[in-house]
Amino acid sequence: MNLTLRIWRQKGPEDKGRMVTYPVDDVSPDMSFLEMLDVLNERLILAGEDPVAFDHDCREGICGMCGLMINGDAHGPQRGTTACQLHMRQFTDGETIDIEPWRASAFPVVKDLVVNRSAFDKIIAAGGYITAPTGSAPEAHSTPVAKANADAAFESAACIGCGACVAACPNGSGMLFTAAKLTQLSLLPQGQPERYTRVIGMVDAHDEAGFGGCTNAGECTPACPKGIPLNTIGRLNRDYLAATAKGAGNTPGS
Amino acid sequence: MELFTEGDPIADTKAPAGPVEKRWETRRFEAKLVNPANRRKLTVIVVGTGLAGGSAAATLAEQGYHVKSYCYQDSPRRAHSIAAQGGINAAKNYRNDGDSVHRLFYDTVKGGDFRSRESNVHRLAEVSVNIIDQCVAQGVPFAREYGGLLDTRSFGGAQVQRTFYARGQTGQQLLLGAYQALERQIGLGNVEMNARHEMLELVVIDGKARGIVVRDLVTGEISTEMADAVVLASGGYGNVFYLSTNAKGCNVTATWRAHRKGAYFANPCYTQIHPTCIPVSGDHQSKLTLMSESLRNDGRVWVPKTKGDDRSPKDIGEDERDYYLERIYPSFGNLVPRDIASRAAKNVCDEGRGVGPTKLGVYLDFADAIDRLGRKAIEAKYGNLFEMYERITGEDPYEVPMRIYPAVHYTMGGLWVDYDLQSTIPGLFVIGEANFSDHGANRLGASALMQGLADGYFVLPTTIANYLASGPLDTVDASHPAAVEARTDVEDRIQRLLAVNGDRTVDSFHRELGQIMWEHCGMERSEAGLRKAIGEIRDLREQFWQRVKVSGTGEELNQSLEKAGRVADFFELAELMCIDALHREESCGGHFRAEHQTPDGEAQRDDDRFAYVAAWEFTATGEPSVLHKEDLKFEYVHPTQRSYK
Repeated sequence: MNLTLRIWRQKGPEDKGRMVTYPVDDVSPDMSFLEMLDVLNERLILAGEDPVAFDHDCREGICGMCGLMINGDAHGPQRGTTACQLHMRQFTDGETIDIEPWRASAFPVVKDLVVNRSAFDKIIAAGGYITAPTGSAPEAHSTPVAKANADAAFESAACIGCGACVAACPNGSGMLFTAAKLTQLSLLPQGQPERYTRVIGMVDAHDEAGFGGCTNAGECTPACPKGIPLNTIGRLNRDYLAATAKGAGNTPGS
Repeated sequence: MELFTEGDPIADTKAPAGPVEKRWETRRFEAKLVNPANRRKLTVIVVGTGLAGGSAAATLAEQGYHVKSYCYQDSPRRAHSIAAQGGINAAKNYRNDGDSVHRLFYDTVKGGDFRSRESNVHRLAEVSVNIIDQCVAQGVPFAREYGGLLDTRSFGGAQVQRTFYARGQTGQQLLLGAYQALERQIGLGNVEMNARHEMLELVVIDGKARGIVVRDLVTGEISTEMADAVVLASGGYGNVFYLSTNAKGCNVTATWRAHRKGAYFANPCYTQIHPTCIPVSGDHQSKLTLMSESLRNDGRVWVPKTKGDDRSPKDIGEDERDYYLERIYPSFGNLVPRDIASRAAKNVCDEGRGVGPTKLGVYLDFADAIDRLGRKAIEAKYGNLFEMYERITGEDPYEVPMRIYPAVHYTMGGLWVDYDLQSTIPGLFVIGEANFSDHGANRLGASALMQGLADGYFVLPTTIANYLASGPLDTVDASHPAAVEARTDVEDRIQRLLAVNGDRTVDSFHRELGQIMWEHCGMERSEAGLRKAIGEIRDLREQFWQRVKVSGTGEELNQSLEKAGRVADFFELAELMCIDALHREESCGGHFRAEHQTPDGEAQRDDDRFAYVAAWEFTATGEPSVLHKEDLKFEYVHPTQRSYK
């Protein structure tokens, strides 16, 4: 396949950035999208040009490190697929492909296609955990968990923290990411004691990090490579409302 | 020139004497403690945030130490432990199927082909039960039965069902549990997290590990970080083969730099080749993808009986198929350990019976399981793996059998550590895949997650206290001559890499190195092949330093420079791996020497000559390393020829 790539190039956070066109020939349909970029970069390096910086690591769709806007779609055209697992057989010979970084005010561009997603870590640090210091755990079978709850918790826990939901959202909101973790932990008996302090902490951290609010645009779930359901956000809102009514869970017996 | 010299033997002096089941308890009692008020005055550096590093950093911070954590990824949640699919072993015996701590210990020593330390392995089996409790308390969503209790499944090398799992994403869920515990400590100000930082040198002062030199991968800034102890949790070195199931960034630099500073490297040739990976599709291939071993619970492995049979699998009748694992190993069948399954696949392909476009593949067929259990049941168990397979190959495994082939997956070798997980440099501790300790010559499936978390949550936090309690150490800072020298070395090396400005990319060298290693130091090794490889590696390393082209500068985000430094270290490691493989004139676990096999082609150990750990001491670049042997004693599990027939 022969393709024309138009790639966002930006030297650093201060640079204005621009789209640059690169023809790429002899692309095999069996290549992954990132392998196609590898081929381009090899060529750029030998030509003495700066290769395109992009984040990637596991290349099997689980680490969440890669993230590209491909023709305006987060992770490209194939549903439920990260950029690293997207294969070139999804494109046609002669096509022009636009490749851009995630664009959101909470994810500033570091260089080219690389963005800073540390805001996600701050949301987790603000409550996205169950406090269980090492050594304090009771026997695992002391608390059974209904299979349906365990399965639904798993479904939300499958989030890889890639940021596609934020990139796809017209408001640059990180609500799906936040709601996924909240849903997982609030469905488990171990997560109950901190349920209401958690939701307040995480939502506050989300807002402080510069993410936009959720207006139910619904663009996030279709862009999510792991299909985190939109109804997790409803769950977040219910818990947030309950938490604010309860005064962050500080009323004993509530 | 001789390839190596032999030095004095080495021994683990930390494991207490007495019955194996009492040793950990004894060590815990004998280990010195640090007063809680003194802990916050002590700084511990932890390099890597996978299962071992993440759990260690979180636990040390919970205990009150000041922790500095480093990872090369953009977030501690991304370490490659996240990609582990199948599960985690624990001797809970919830199935009442005859499991026990002793049986897990026994299976692991046997599975490791009698090349691991009994004391360490027993401790691992003991601690395994606490890991499950810990992870459940953190909210790890393990698979459960309808009654609400935890589900388990079987895995290779065991006849009991002791593997806990979270669909095909067990590593991800366990890692996120550790990551969340770590983030909690970051939020509380107990851990200083440094993502996008890479350790490039170890600082050793007065014989003790006192710090590291790191590069900020965004700005290129080099800094020296000091501490009272350093913990390396930087993973394995499978990427020396270029193509492996490791993440692209996985590298040996942290442990190799420590090795050059005096930490012995143990058993570098022990490499695990995983039998169930998606075959290579072309020259562009940048990594290989694993299909969880759990698939072998329901999938049947076969190739055509006749050489060169090009028909589509559905046209090949039952009587024309060779279910070779079931045929050769009737009692374990498709669930033989990884080394055995991999070599069997290589053998049938070498016979010309391989399948797929490259003929380097065998079928993993689910047709019988789908008939027996229904498509829905298979979907529930393996749905995500089947989807991943289809995305990569464009083939639907519900309709057409999967094609699989072995790929490099895990490295059992690593820095030598004693029972306390301390290397030969005092104050330098090594945990998880980065050390050599528990798996001998072959790791059983679902045991990597177990070891990473055992080391990080339970073992290291106890043993490192014993070291720190012997302080206080002298106060030193980054202006100490040894620290300045380490930093200058790092800066010089970066300048050297940038200055070559040759005509070949880093990847082209890495790919070529990988081919040499796969050919001669992969599934089957021979004296002639290894000698040839050593020569080729040396030539290629020389060329690398003359012809490599690294673009850009050191003062920016520069991924080509990052790769160049890692590949330079892989060259040195590759040579040591081949020397280790050459000197070990026996076959054991993942190390198969063509000259040493039984008449029916199984690995032939030589316990009289090789029942030892080979711990290598670095001398100088290009100079022979010194071999130190740690004799292994088996008091409980008596070495026999491993048989899974």
